[in-house]
Amino acid sequence: MGTKEAFYQALVKRHGAENQKKFDDATVAICGLGGLGSNIAICLARVGIGKLILIDFDTVDVTNLHRQQYKFNQVGMPKTDALKENLLEINPFIKIETHQVKLTDENTSSLIKDADVICEAFDNAECKAMLTDIVFTNYPEKYLVSGSGMAGLSSANDIVTRKITSHFFISGDGVSDVNAGTGLVATRVMVCAGHEAHMVIRLLMGEINP
Amino acid sequence: MVQINGKAYEAAGKTVGSVIQELEYDVRTIAVELNEEIIPKATLNQVTLKEGDVMEVVSFVGGG
Repeated sequence: MGTKEAFYQALVKRHGAENQKKFDDATVAICGLGGLGSNIAICLARVGIGKLILIDFDTVDVTNLHRQQYKFNQVGMPKTDALKENLLEINPFIKIETHQVKLTDENTSSLIKDADVICEAFDNAECKAMLTDIVFTNYPEKYLVSGSGMAGLSSANDIVTRKITSHFFISGDGVSDVNAGTGLVATRVMVCAGHEAHMVIRLLMGEINP
Repeated sequence: MVQINGKAYEAAGKTVGSVIQELEYDVRTIAVELNEEIIPKATLNQVTLKEGDVMEVVSFVGGG
């Protein structure tokens, strides 16, 4: 029988009570709910992060299903709504705030202000750079975990997490560009999403290295 | 000398913004780390490099 207490105890057993308290108290913002963001969100919901802020302007398209954590019957739904639905099926106790907007220079700062850690999960290189700039201009004390270089079918072992500063981490191989002719493939994107999500939980535990 | 992405450059005295331009980076797709801090884009032309500085220009690639 699934109860909230049983769910929580299963997490405590695996993560330790002290870590689980930190996860439970944490708020993580996920910017972009595509292949990276949807997979990151599912990992963090399973780990028992207290609250997620999910941000994406887009709707689920049939061409997303090859790598993003949506279902055929969710095509056409806002990604924010579809992902919230999927996350609550896994962990009905997680708090979820959704914003179906395109992040801009003007609105980003207020949408991420309550987050302890921000995950960059955009598709576009300019958006990745824009978010980095906004986070460290406005919130140098927050952690940012970003993704860069996960397209194609080359080795999954090339994907690593690098520490750029004490508050900025980038997962990926750094070079595999989706615009260089190699598409995004579920497996390699999930490896990168796993790296980002794992860095988030390490930071919340107080581990400041990848 | 200033270390930029692991290579030594005679860049002391120049601004971060001018070095980014000389090295032909696309400012729209990069983040600039100097001595373990991210430099806000708005201040790239106000920060002057010093002897011994270590800088990394992170170039993002698309995909997510």
